[in-house]
Order: sequence, then structure tokens, then C-alpha cells
Amino acid sequence: MSYTAATVQLLSPEGSLVTSDASAEYLPYVEKLSDEQLREFHRQMVVIRRFDIEAANLQRQGQLALWIPSLGQEAAQVGSGFAARPHDHIFPAYREHVIARIRGVDPIKIIEMLRGISHGGWDPAENNNFHLYTLVIGSQALHATGYAMGIQLDGLTATGNPDADEAVIVYFGDGATSQGDVSEAFVFAASYQTPQVFFLQNNHWAISVPVSRQSRTPLYLRSSGFGIPGVQIDGNDVLASYAVTSANLDAARGGEGPRFIEALTYRMGAHTTSDDPTKYRDADDLDFWSHADPITRFETYLRSRGEGDAFFAEVATEGDDLASDVRKRTLELGSPPASKMFEHVYSDPHPLMDSQRAWLEGYEAAFEGGEE
Amino acid sequence: MTIESISMAKALNSGLRKALADDPKVLLMGEDIGPLGGVFRVTEGLQAEFGDKRVLDTPLAESGIIGTAIGLAMRGYRPVCEIQFDGFIFPGFDQITSQLAKLTNRHEGTLSLPVVIRVPYGGHIGAVEHHQESPEAYFAHTPGLRVVSPSTPHDAYWMIQEAIASNDPVVFFEPKSRYWPKGDVQTEASDTPLHSSRVVRAGTELTLVGHGAMLAMMLQAAQIAEEEGTSIEVIDLRSISPIDFEPIIASVQKTGRLIVAQEAPGFVSVASEIAATVTERCFYSLEAPVLRVTGFDTPFPPAKLETVYLPDADRILEAVDRAMAY
Repeated sequence: MSYTAATVQLLSPEGSLVTSDASAEYLPYVEKLSDEQLREFHRQMVVIRRFDIEAANLQRQGQLALWIPSLGQEAAQVGSGFAARPHDHIFPAYREHVIARIRGVDPIKIIEMLRGISHGGWDPAENNNFHLYTLVIGSQALHATGYAMGIQLDGLTATGNPDADEAVIVYFGDGATSQGDVSEAFVFAASYQTPQVFFLQNNHWAISVPVSRQSRTPLYLRSSGFGIPGVQIDGNDVLASYAVTSANLDAARGGEGPRFIEALTYRMGAHTTSDDPTKYRDADDLDFWSHADPITRFETYLRSRGEGDAFFAEVATEGDDLASDVRKRTLELGSPPASKMFEHVYSDPHPLMDSQRAWLEGYEAAFEGGEE
Repeated sequence: MTIESISMAKALNSGLRKALADDPKVLLMGEDIGPLGGVFRVTEGLQAEFGDKRVLDTPLAESGIIGTAIGLAMRGYRPVCEIQFDGFIFPGFDQITSQLAKLTNRHEGTLSLPVVIRVPYGGHIGAVEHHQESPEAYFAHTPGLRVVSPSTPHDAYWMIQEAIASNDPVVFFEPKSRYWPKGDVQTEASDTPLHSSRVVRAGTELTLVGHGAMLAMMLQAAQIAEEEGTSIEVIDLRSISPIDFEPIIASVQKTGRLIVAQEAPGFVSVASEIAATVTERCFYSLEAPVLRVTGFDTPFPPAKLETVYLPDADRILEAVDRAMAY
């Protein structure tokens, strides 16, 4: 699958603005962006790509059990991530590293997950409502929908004050669209008219299975059968991602119900470091999508607006700095104490946790005492 | 005060009404729980009283019910989900075991998930496949969940309120064959904490432990045994996870004999866990092996065979005879 006549694109792969009937609705969102905001889009895309490469290297060097690359998907994530307002809630899948960073999650928290130190562990309330990664495919779609039902019950949509209205955005991939939970989320969202945007990053691959095995029709059409309007965008166009997500979140906050966005992008790397894409995909695909690279085209656009070498050099340095900082801090990470297993299994006291923690402490103390 | 002679279904209804009235964050959600009042009428009248924003008729999708309840709990609500029948909990199993049970741990304690899942369970109602099962062991085996089951209208009234007040997910198994028998409910105060087991009949020669609908069978068996000269102590488990072992241990140390009875299949079950723990902790007090009286390790049979499948007083007394023979 590739771009279709329905694909909303605001910035062409050649880096120039697209004017069309489809783009006219969304260009006003782009026109409101300041130069600083545009620079920030680029900065986030470049820096996360550098981080991503460093993390994959750390895995190859035995420092991480696994890495989950987001290479190639930066525009879909950065654009939609900046479209969310601070009080909106974001439910990621597990590849949205740059949105985590935009919302204030220290990237080392993601590293800790993949080094076997935590199962997540950041507090969404302390990180601008960026929820934890969910590794069971599609499960988070229902959590997001329930959360949005709560916003609806709280009466915080269409209040007349756009700053008070809230919405939810939930991320998932093309593989997840085959999961029952995603369809059930569509059903509940439509039924209760929740304030939420379903954001699909169609990166064309669910590990080794192509999107054509998940769906015989373009996925943006999927939601209409549930009564949810859907739109397909060029997910490698950060401006389209930002503008279309902004428009749909505005609609959701304004009480118009749920929306669905299919962002066409491409997983340029492996599914994870355990994967080997050379076994199942051919070079032509990669060539096509390399030409559509989100960062290259946005750099061309910024240069056409007068941005100079100094900015691009500064951003590259910032990426290098983050990479070396993450590498240094990764190597300094210790192991969690064994007692961590028993903490927070329950919120209220639990006798089995107490007795098993006490037993383990005694067992380990016996070795420390030099006795067998 | 005392509400006299009320069914468990009505006691649950009263408990849910009290919880809805006490805390505006409490929500009920499930299939057919609105105007119909649920297939067992446990939620009868509650939507009319509290409105459709507090009592939500949901689409027919169990994973959707549990998954959205998780999101509502993240928002600060305390959802009480009704699963229509025991055998229909499995479409929601993934959300219960992989998400609901683990999210507090994944959040390292910064998130509590006060979600209650009500499940009518067990046999004796002559129903079709998937409508008479006892799946409690799956949930008791899952860290992060709490599992309870009342046996009387009084306990049902209090335990549902205590489950809703819990900051952890609670799977609340309602013994559906006990929905209709009546009993008195004391409404001043709960007399037993949620996760406590309780001696309901004193005895000296053998201890019987069970939960839910099995209580009535065990009391019947104890009565017959007494007439035949054997003194049996009966303990209502009430909480399946965690299990309050102290009253059981104390009883077995006194009687020296233990039988655990349940409707569920016996293999790798709640009865297995109690037998193992009591053997570990009361080895020198035991006069006989711990015996289990359970459903057979078959799918729940067609209803014409349910009285053969389900343990009754005679099956319990057969085990009593075996235990007393040591």
C-alpha cells in the first residue's frame, strides 16, 4: 500500500507546500505555526532519530535486551504529538519515543524498560499525561476509550471554553487493527461519542506480515463502518500530521465525537532488534520510502524558508549530545532491588506480598551471613 | 437496623445502591443492567434511580467492558462491571489478567485500579453450556487481583460495598444458586473484614472449608453428620485471594481433619491450594490426609447431569467417612 488519491499531504516529498482541495481545510493550522514551532518540529525529529540509532547500537553491544526503533516514523509522531494540548491524554503503543520526549518523559525511562529494569514506571500524571507503553497489541485502545468516556461523564467537552475541553489520542499500528480490542474500542467510542482521536501509524509491517494481510481495503475506511469519520494522511509529512490531528482533536474536544486518522508511513528499520527484515521485504519498498523520508523533506522546506546551516548543525549536535548522555547513563544503571518485585503489586496491604518478601529477605540474609 | 428475610440478589442491589449513593465516582456498567436490571435483576431500578450516566448499559463486548472500565478508573472512577454469566468472562480475560491485574505494578504504585468485576457463577440452575461454571481459580492464580465470594445475603450486602471501596481490582463471584434463598441483613456495620474467612458452625472432629454456594451443602452435611455422631466445624472461606488461613489453621489444629469442598474442577484449584498450605502448616496436627470434594475434571455437563457433577451433602459425607476412618 502506498499513497492514494485520498491521502492528505501538505508537504510534498520534494519539500514544497501542497495546495489542493484536500489541503485547503488544514493549511490554516500550518499558517498559524511560528518559525520557532517549525524549528522545534525538526529538532525533535532529528534528535529522536539520533537517540534511536544510539539505542539500537546499545542493544547490539549487549547493553539492552531489545530495542524498538521508530526510524522513519518521526513525522507522524512529532506532528500529532505537538497537536495534543498539555491537558489532553496520550495513550501510546510502544514505539512513540519522540512523543514521550515531547511530553517530558526522560528517554532513560524507555531504556530502563528495555534493559530489564522496569515494566514502564513513569507516572503519566508527572509527565504531561503521557501514559505507559502497552506491549499487548491494541489493548490500550480500550483504556483510552474508557478514559475518554470519563471525560465525557465529567462534562469536559464542548464546554464553550476550548481551554477547558479535553480529549484523548491513542496510538496503534496496522497489525493492531486486526485485534478485537481495537474494533471494540471503535464500538464503545462511537456508542458513547467519546472525545478521542484514534491515530493509526500504518508502517506497512506487523513484524514480518505486510499490511495487505491485515486488511484488503485501505485502513482509513475501516472506522466508517463503526460510525467514526476516518481520514488518511501522509504520515511522513509532519505538517499534515500536525494539522489533521489538530483539526480532529478540536472536533473531539468540541463534542463531535471520535475520529480516526490513518498515517501512511514506513518502518525503515526492523520491528525490533530481534527481527530480520531482509528475510521478507524487498529493496524497492525501501527506495520508495527513503525518497519520502520525513526529515529530509522538512529540512528542504525549512531551508526554502531561509533557515541556515547553523540551525541544522546545532540540531545535529543536540542529537549527538543526547545520544552520548543516554549512553553514559545507560552504562551507569544498576539492577533494581529484589524487594521491588513485591512493591505495588497491590495498592492496599496484602498478606502474601508481606510474607513472601520477608521470606526472601531471610533467605538472602542467610547467604550474607556466610552460612549455607 | 436489620433488613429481614431478603434474597442475596436484593441484598446486592441494596449494597450497590448504597455504594452509588455514597460515592459519585462509583459507576455500574454491563450488558442489560439498565432498564432490565440485569438477567438476575441484581441492578433492578438502579438506572431509574441514578441515571444512565451512573448505570451504563454497554455494548455486548466483555473485553470492551473491562478495558474501558480500566480507562474510567484511570480517570478517577470506581467502575463495577457485571459479567452476565461465568462462562462469558473469557472474552475479557486478557484485559483482566494482562492489564487490570498488572497496571498498578507497571505504574510502580502511582496508579490504583479500583475496579470490581461481578460474576454470577456456579451450577444448580439447570442452564445451558457456559452458564454454570466456576472459573475462580484462574483469577486467584493471577497476581494483582483480589477474589471474593459471599455465601449469604448479609455478606453479599457488605462484601460488595467493601469490594467497591478496595483500591485494588476485585473479582466478585456471586453464587447464582444462592441469589434467591432469603436471610437477614444487619445494616449498621460489617462484622467481618472483606478478606477474612469465618467459622460458621463450631465442631471438634473435622473441619469443612468452602465458599459460595458450597456453604449450604457443607452446613447440611454437618447437620447430618452430627445426627450420626460426628462433630464438624464449618468455615466459610469468603475470600479466595488472598485466603485468610488463620481460622482454618486454628480449626485443623483442633480437629485434625480437613475437607475442602467446591463446585469447580479439583485439578490445580482453590481446594488444591488450601490442601497444600494446610499440609505445610499443620502437618503434625493432621490425623488424616486433607481431602477434596470437587466438581469432576470435565467440562460442566449438560444440565440433566449437573446433580451428578456437583458435590452435594452425600459426596461431602462420603469424604467425611473416609477421613474419619484414619
